[in-house]
Amino acid sequence: MNDGKSGGARTVLRLDRLTKRFGTLLANDAISLELAEGEIVALLGENGAGKTTLMNILFGHYMADEGTVEAFGRPLPPGDPRAALDAGVGMVHQHFTLADSMTVMENIALGTQPPWKWRLDRRAVRRRIRQLTEDFGLTVDPDKTIASLSVGERQRVEILKALYRDARILILDEPTAVLTPGETEALFRTLKMLVAKGLSILFISHKLGEVMAVSDRVIVLRTGRLVGERQTAKTSRAELAELMVGREIPPPRVSPAMPGMPRLVLDNVSTTAGAGLSPLDGVSLSLHAGEITGLAGVSGNGQAALAALISGMQPPVRGTVLIGGRPVKAWSTRAALAHGIGRIPEDRHAVGSIADMSVVENVIAEAYRTPRFSRFGFLDWKAARAFAQKIIGDYDVKCPSPDMRIRLLSGGNMQKLILGRALDPEPEIILASQPTRGLDVGAVAYVHERLLEARARGAAILLISEDLDEILTLSDRIIVISKGKLSTPSRRGERTVRELGELMAGHGVAGEELAHAS
Amino acid sequence: MEAFDILLTASFWVAAIRIASPLIFATMGELICERVGVLNLGIEGIMMAGAFAGWVTVYAGGDLWTGVFVAALAGSAFGLLHGVLTGPFGLSQHVVGIGITLLATSLTYFTYRVVLPEVSSPPKIVPFQPLEIPLLSDIPVVGPALFNQTPLTYLAFVVVGLVAWVLYRTPLGLALRAAGENPAAVEAQGIGVAAIRIGAVMAGSALMAVGGAFLTMSAFNSFFFEMVNGRGWICIALVVFGSWRPGKALLGAILFAAFDAYQVRLQQLAGGVVPYQVFLMMPYVLSILALVLVARRASYPKALMIPYQRGER
Repeated sequence: MNDGKSGGARTVLRLDRLTKRFGTLLANDAISLELAEGEIVALLGENGAGKTTLMNILFGHYMADEGTVEAFGRPLPPGDPRAALDAGVGMVHQHFTLADSMTVMENIALGTQPPWKWRLDRRAVRRRIRQLTEDFGLTVDPDKTIASLSVGERQRVEILKALYRDARILILDEPTAVLTPGETEALFRTLKMLVAKGLSILFISHKLGEVMAVSDRVIVLRTGRLVGERQTAKTSRAELAELMVGREIPPPRVSPAMPGMPRLVLDNVSTTAGAGLSPLDGVSLSLHAGEITGLAGVSGNGQAALAALISGMQPPVRGTVLIGGRPVKAWSTRAALAHGIGRIPEDRHAVGSIADMSVVENVIAEAYRTPRFSRFGFLDWKAARAFAQKIIGDYDVKCPSPDMRIRLLSGGNMQKLILGRALDPEPEIILASQPTRGLDVGAVAYVHERLLEARARGAAILLISEDLDEILTLSDRIIVISKGKLSTPSRRGERTVRELGELMAGHGVAGEELAHAS
Repeated sequence: MEAFDILLTASFWVAAIRIASPLIFATMGELICERVGVLNLGIEGIMMAGAFAGWVTVYAGGDLWTGVFVAALAGSAFGLLHGVLTGPFGLSQHVVGIGITLLATSLTYFTYRVVLPEVSSPPKIVPFQPLEIPLLSDIPVVGPALFNQTPLTYLAFVVVGLVAWVLYRTPLGLALRAAGENPAAVEAQGIGVAAIRIGAVMAGSALMAVGGAFLTMSAFNSFFFEMVNGRGWICIALVVFGSWRPGKALLGAILFAAFDAYQVRLQQLAGGVVPYQVFLMMPYVLSILALVLVARRASYPKALMIPYQRGER
């Protein structure tokens, strides 16, 4: 559409040779960039490329070692969040800075009136919020508590907070990381409208699809340096990916599937709602050897319950589970492991690892009681360490010592380690829940390759993902989950993205389709 | 029923409100601390220090209100120590709190011995006298209980209103509550979390000390070592009982005090039949029961007991 934005529009934000070191690590190396009025600029880079550091400097959370920041032609004093706010720079953090038990209005008002005032002028706050919601179409009930809002709504409150403070420049740090596809689209509409009203937006992301969808201009960071700048309209995903990673990322080669025996069969299985899981409702599913079954769906529709069921954490209340043709009676995590189910948990921090224990200890966490690692109740540390070294070597984990605490690994390396732990025993059934969430492009490609390798050797794989691209790339069969029920499976390419989207939204899953999925 | 008749006597309610007064001060103090995310286990020692500071000031010839002021000052000094150690230094709130209780208690012993090396029984002071509010105090039962008390009791009720007002009606209150819910939200607005927390812990500790001072200056007229006697710990439970809300915590304090006043009277009534320890136990047993019933669905401040250091996420 309007391509003349870069010409003529005034510069609102200027970074000049910003440099930041953490010890010997050069997090930002002389980065200079400009943001024009009414423009959405995406700052693209892998994890650890220095995006968040740069934003934290901008917002005054960190002090730059060298370089300056100018907003609206005036220099911003370093290390002063208040000054950034006052200069009209608002930030939406990846982790929301909201107080959950307080209302939307209270969160927005926080810090906007002088603390010595004897009375909070609620009426003024309310009036202004109403004005803003009308102007920008960001509807939120000001009297609801944050805890009662959806993630998308909370983000809207964060944006409102910035607008309330007269922000003319919005910085969003990985804003879509926590959003559903629908919420992401709504966010993008909001952003477009904000720039149409003259705001300027700096959008931090490592997701190529989003960057292509929403930005006018893309700036690519790699290992702390600015490595490229492109007009979005004149670039491609492939080019950006290459800039970001520094090498070409070939799409995974997927050979035709050679499905074999059913390895895991669920027959009309239901679970109860428990521990924050939405339940499964009469689910039938079979996983075949040498095949990847992709489970698509909007988060919170029963994926977690299905994962908990298959990994042995939650027993079914109804229906039968067959592994290798035999019904499973005792249902526990230990039984699941004994049945040869390799598990890649959804949350590698909370469930997949024990943050303050060593890499060795984490690697043997699933098998420590087997004769391989223990004798007469004593751990065989030599065998454990050897195993850890093997995983580190085989799975390309960047880790200085197997004795370091696992929390010190980056997300990608931690995931590789968990991948190795799950895949090394060559399990016949693999449960991969969100195996690439939060990983950068290189690590994603690596995980995909390994899953395809496991498929090639005959494993039956269930891939649960909220990333439809991932499902479409890897799955031989695709099943959609919605409200605890499954759709009929479709072969690769059989359903269009639109049809899958309809199913994900809950249209057509209920009714005749749910009965016989196999 | 004789046991029931007690509840209708004015003297019972006068006692209940009197017993509640120090609890109200200290509970409000603890509540402020916890609302900003700091569990202040120094409460027991700070009450002791306040009791002594107020008493010794008056004993040395100071005015009663000067005594209250000195107690508050002593309390806020311990609060400053607590706030700095748990805030900028990021030490464990449990360890620091217990440490402050021990420190404040021993310092009190020590100072007492320095001031009064020879005395075996502590001297008395002239305490606050009941201040009768005309007309209102003539209301049967409730009148004397609420309107014929010492000025410190009236102050306790004023403090509850003040705390509630500040927490819920002022911009400062927003910052205080947010600091206990999500300190990052406060920092993001350019407000210093450390300053908010230290300030609140100082104010809260001052209130705890005034609660202690009530004991020497409005209840017992004298100072002795076991006088705080676990009241601080009770106040921590009262904060939970009140779901971190000033009004509910006030009710909790009065309820607990009423049980306490009631058991004393029941002892006289049923003395000899039931061992008196059973009655002594009663308020505590009931407060445990009440906690179990009330506090299970209480929503506590999310950042309670979590140290906050800038730049960490």
